[in-house]
Amino acid sequence: MSSLVVFFLVLILGFIITKGIGVINWEFLTTMPEDGMTKGGIYPAIVGTFCLVGGSMLFAFPIGVMSGIFIHEYAPHGFFKNFLQLMTNNLAGVPSIVFGLFGMSLFVNKLGFGDSIIAGSLTLGLLVLPIVIRTTEEALKSVNDSFRLASYGLGAGKLQTIGRVVLPIAFPNIITGLILSIGRVSGETAPILFTVAAYYLPKLPTSMYDQVMALPYHLYVLSTSGTNIKESRDMAYGTALVLVMIVLIANLIANALRKFLSKKVKMN
Amino acid sequence: MKKIFSRLLNHLITVLLYISGSITSLIVILIVFFLFSEGIGLFGKKPTEDGFIMAVNKSNTVNHLNAEQIKLLFDGEITNWSEFGGKNDSIILFRMDNITDYFTEEQIGENFENLPACISKVVDSIPGIVAFVGKHYIDKNFAGKELQVDKITVGDFMFGKLWFPTAHPVAVFGALPLLLGTFWVSIFAILFALPLGLATAIYIAEVAHPTVRNILKPVIELLAGIPSVVYGFFGLVVVVPFIQNAFNLPVGETAFAGSIILGIMALPTIITISEDAIRTTPRSMKEASLALGANHWQTIFRVILPYSSSGITAGAILGIGRAIGETMAVLMVTGNAAVIPHTLLAPVRTIPATIAAELGEASQGGLHYQSLFILGCVLFIITMIVNLAVEFISRRNRRVAS
Repeated sequence: MSSLVVFFLVLILGFIITKGIGVINWEFLTTMPEDGMTKGGIYPAIVGTFCLVGGSMLFAFPIGVMSGIFIHEYAPHGFFKNFLQLMTNNLAGVPSIVFGLFGMSLFVNKLGFGDSIIAGSLTLGLLVLPIVIRTTEEALKSVNDSFRLASYGLGAGKLQTIGRVVLPIAFPNIITGLILSIGRVSGETAPILFTVAAYYLPKLPTSMYDQVMALPYHLYVLSTSGTNIKESRDMAYGTALVLVMIVLIANLIANALRKFLSKKVKMN
Repeated sequence: MKKIFSRLLNHLITVLLYISGSITSLIVILIVFFLFSEGIGLFGKKPTEDGFIMAVNKSNTVNHLNAEQIKLLFDGEITNWSEFGGKNDSIILFRMDNITDYFTEEQIGENFENLPACISKVVDSIPGIVAFVGKHYIDKNFAGKELQVDKITVGDFMFGKLWFPTAHPVAVFGALPLLLGTFWVSIFAILFALPLGLATAIYIAEVAHPTVRNILKPVIELLAGIPSVVYGFFGLVVVVPFIQNAFNLPVGETAFAGSIILGIMALPTIITISEDAIRTTPRSMKEASLALGANHWQTIFRVILPYSSSGITAGAILGIGRAIGETMAVLMVTGNAAVIPHTLLAPVRTIPATIAAELGEASQGGLHYQSLFILGCVLFIITMIVNLAVEFISRRNRRVAS
């Protein structure tokens, strides 16, 4: 049975890699789409995805880490802490399309950002916030209490202990969460449908109030609503492969980092 | 001076931590607030187009109809007033285009100055008529009466069987086909994913050699990491044509295709949570069972599975929750026909797919737009219930375990 699970993965990845590998070359990655997206490359979509990843991380990473620190180090045990953890879990379970609706209503309409990088980044940031919070919590949990006690014993305050002792030890683990969320953000489509994604743009974004193309939305457009789906199929395979590669690499790095760190901790 | 400054900074950071600690709760509340405030305007509004009214003959005993009935009426599905509880009269539809069937252009007048009188005459002379006309053509001397359109209610929305948000003359918002479509696809996805996921979880937790486990775990994580749009694309180019050929269907975009893709997507959730649950079985219980002479498989089925059943349930529920909320993959492979599902081999449409497909075309603030936000609320509430249920089960579990 479990070989079936491996089979699924191999099937999906194998299919996309074999079909997509022939499409990808330097030109595909660095030129604009041409001829109704049947030729050319996906450069603007790659740039757009990087903009969104960067923007959402700028927002989600600091807040998520602070939130994780608060929940693990500050919140008193009992109802309040349970409640905060429950809400984090709840937020993690909210469907991505609901984030899209929320982002459209708050950032695009109410705050008047329009369809823009900033609206999309904030929406995606909210989406990955629970991931960052949870990995931060886990990372803090793995820090041995003796470090904290030693620091207190030397006369350091709580904030000093966290800032100088706990965070430096936990930081590599927190980075794992960051990498995982990068993988997640680059693949999400539903939240950016109504907040940032453009069908086709002939130019690159110049400010954070511009619309951008993004890889996952580009793949969706190419495979369902393009004017000539048959001709752009090759482009779609290529886009899917690039997208999968980003996610795969993010996952592999996070995994390797985790393995490396758990060894290091054991050595300590 | 420096001391005061650093203490201030300390306080500031602490306050910041407190604020960011509650950020998730704040966001959940904000989501609820915004979704409801955008969508709530739908209820209590009339689903007709502005500036138009429906008029009937004075002798007609039917005074009001709801959107669904009007839709059926104008589609010609219902042809007699007795079906609405009125007199036994056949229904005759009248739209502005039909006016030339009854009057010549001279009678209407060059600048349509006699139009109100003409409409009045038609409505007065035919007992079974229902006229859909502009409001400004109805004057004081109008001989018919206005047929009231029911306001949209929560009940109509949740249990209405028709979803035609852009239909004329009235838009019909009945979310039942979408709700059932969502559950239909998700349930079959779980039926397919649960046995597979559970077997894998047992294998990883109890049977597999550590080396195999070390390979399988990252594989499952990768499966969870693949973006949903890639799953959708895969479904579209591989699963859909396969189903179309295998079952000889006119279209391959079916609920079945959606279930398969969703099942694969739900696998990692089910496997991870079930495996955790299986691992919490105390060693002493397993050893007691083995000591009593039970073999490994008997121990797994009679001791470990019953012990971890609530954790496995939590995994299954969470898997359903993920499947219900999944948007892009479903949008791409299920065909999106808003009908109440009765077979796996026909297109269905789910709530998330509806939102994703229609929000782009709905004008902001309109009924259609509001109805999609209400759908978002429904989706949010469903997933909230799922999450709370899982949380409840796993908390109880932890208490029992400790």
